[in-house]
Amino acid sequence: MQRTGAQIIWECLVHEGVRTVFGYPGGAILPAYDAMLDYPVRHVLVRHEQGAAHMADGFARASGEVGVAIATSGPGATNLVTGIATAQMDSSPLVCITGQVPSKLIGYDAFQETDISGITLPITKHSYLVTRVDEIMPTIKEAFYLAKSGRPGPVLVDITKDAQQASTDWAWNDAPVKLRAYQAHRIPAKSDMSKAIELIKAARKPLILAGQGVIQSNAMKELRAFAEMIDAPVALTLLGLGGFPASHALNIGMMGMHGEAWVNHAIQEADLLLALGMRFDDRVTGNLKTYAPHAKKIHIDIDPSEINKNVRADAAIVADLRETLRELLDMLEPSNHGPWLKYIASMKGDTAVRDIQRLPDNGHLYAAHVINDIWRLTGGNAIIATDVGQHQMWEAQYYHHNDPRTLITSGGLGTMGFGLPAAIGAKLAKPDAEVWAIVGDGGFQMTQPELSTAAQEGVKVNVAIINNGYLGMVRQWQEFFYERRYAATPLRSPDFVKLAEAHGLVGLRAEKRPEVDAIVDRARQAEGTVVIDFRVEQEDSVYPMVPAGADLDAMIRRPEPSVLVETADDPI
Amino acid sequence: MQHTLVVLVEDKPGVLNRVASLFRRRVFNIESLSVGHTAEPGISRMTIVIDSDQVSAERVIAYLYKLVNVLQVEDLGSVPAVMRDLALVKVAVAGHDRATLLRVVDETRAHIVDTGEQTMTLEITGEPPHVDAVIARLEPLGIIEMVRSGQVAMRRGDTALSAAG
Repeated sequence: MQRTGAQIIWECLVHEGVRTVFGYPGGAILPAYDAMLDYPVRHVLVRHEQGAAHMADGFARASGEVGVAIATSGPGATNLVTGIATAQMDSSPLVCITGQVPSKLIGYDAFQETDISGITLPITKHSYLVTRVDEIMPTIKEAFYLAKSGRPGPVLVDITKDAQQASTDWAWNDAPVKLRAYQAHRIPAKSDMSKAIELIKAARKPLILAGQGVIQSNAMKELRAFAEMIDAPVALTLLGLGGFPASHALNIGMMGMHGEAWVNHAIQEADLLLALGMRFDDRVTGNLKTYAPHAKKIHIDIDPSEINKNVRADAAIVADLRETLRELLDMLEPSNHGPWLKYIASMKGDTAVRDIQRLPDNGHLYAAHVINDIWRLTGGNAIIATDVGQHQMWEAQYYHHNDPRTLITSGGLGTMGFGLPAAIGAKLAKPDAEVWAIVGDGGFQMTQPELSTAAQEGVKVNVAIINNGYLGMVRQWQEFFYERRYAATPLRSPDFVKLAEAHGLVGLRAEKRPEVDAIVDRARQAEGTVVIDFRVEQEDSVYPMVPAGADLDAMIRRPEPSVLVETADDPI
Repeated sequence: MQHTLVVLVEDKPGVLNRVASLFRRRVFNIESLSVGHTAEPGISRMTIVIDSDQVSAERVIAYLYKLVNVLQVEDLGSVPAVMRDLALVKVAVAGHDRATLLRVVDETRAHIVDTGEQTMTLEITGEPPHVDAVIARLEPLGIIEMVRSGQVAMRRGDTALSAAG
């Protein structure tokens, strides 16, 4: 049948199972937008293309499907860049489609011309420039295949206006994509497996480090069986949260810069680290020279370039994690590490008077309490998208995730402004789920115009602004490392309640702990998006903290408070 | 330590950019780079020389394999291999004894590929250290212009690198 390039784009998206896209129209992508009206795809009009990329990312992380963002050439395309880099750092499957100026104008500095396939080259899994109508289908098919296979990532497809306008005789090609060298699927090598088995059998103090790879390879069940089989505690990376239930007895918590003290101590004392789908990021390891000095390391990852990148592995398995764990389970006998688990529990006991219970009772509202209350009131069942900074770390500490794909956060790139658009994307992926954006007053204002998007689209998310009047995490670093010289961190914000109301949305405010429950309940029951301004303690800090580059067990702990706050009913 | 990486890539637009960008982004300095066709249509061959330790070289190879258009990578730093570099050198003939120049040419197996009124152009082919040595001997005679091709390399013996893997 005869189809224009613009129609072929939508034919392909529909065949790939896409029902929702996020975008912003403009000259070079106009043919595609015109054709869109004839296809069963929901288009979400964002207020800035960065929002489109983050929404597509949130959609992808909540659903496990590929998220799609669309933009025009030039500034439309460059506005996607932060969102694409965010997805790349966190291995999130995205296909970004951009319009490009007509092919005969490329290279002549035409209006809104920019080399977006070149610009995004180092921040995508792959990028394409399509100048002919007959290349559109094979390219989009490849893009989807690359985005979701192997280690997922963002792929950019830049399509010239003339390729969108040209017509061709077209039919959907069902044949699977074949790329000459790209290896999406890897199976564990026998020799690597036996080496790993040997190390596991010899270990007395094994510790599992579980990352986002657990969630991406859908290995939650296998991880659980594996941890129980070898009787090893499980520590999680930020992006791994939800990959192993917070409520499981073997879950010891998050590791790294703001990980719990006993977790980091356990890593430093372990004799075997089993790194599953994680990449030993510097926020996780601290000083590499002193990292886990007594431990042999087994590293399992789908991406061979992660092996020996930061930490030298004694055994490495480059393969799909789920299949690897299944095979390991077949080859292992149950073991028992009671003394080691008891030892970790005793460290936990030492620090069991948790930070949240040690906050001074000065009548102020504390972010940790707010987040812990949201966790309690939502039964731990909400999908939470966050921004980046203090609130993000408090979320990781005080919202306990039992299920995968319930925490959506920018880990690798650390992108402020991610939370609100990611929450909107997540809600559109999971319309029946309760979705919250937990954001700071700084990050929220970076992508705050997407409130209009939520209002226009009738999307219901609850936005909890942890408002401390500072760029909080930067302020914390200034407090710890720059003699409290608060350069450019005090932040004056608009009245967020009025701001919500200006969008036709509900705005609420809480300033004291006793107000929190009722306000969270109101937000949950309200029909549309609700913005809550939580006015929290201004100079609170996230503890514990491993200073950047310091030894993992050299943590800054919360100073002893003089007055204890009444938190007897706080579940830990 | 020098690593000579032979990289087979699909001959598609932007592939050289992708490879070069990878070395830049991961902060590896390229000492020499040459690109050309192979016997197989659609496949190009790059020879990339880097100075790095073994662990870093392994990292680079892993990163190269992440590029969708990269088919095969081989490190010839640790196996017997034929290495060649080619230089064209334009040398002044005036101001010194022409016979001196011809003697250097004769002794170093350089070829005269062009002569002008004031200059002579020599072609020097061989292992990179040989080319370096010849150039060092020509320097006192007055090098006016020089170009080097960058190193190319191939494993010795019957083992062949093919895009088919």
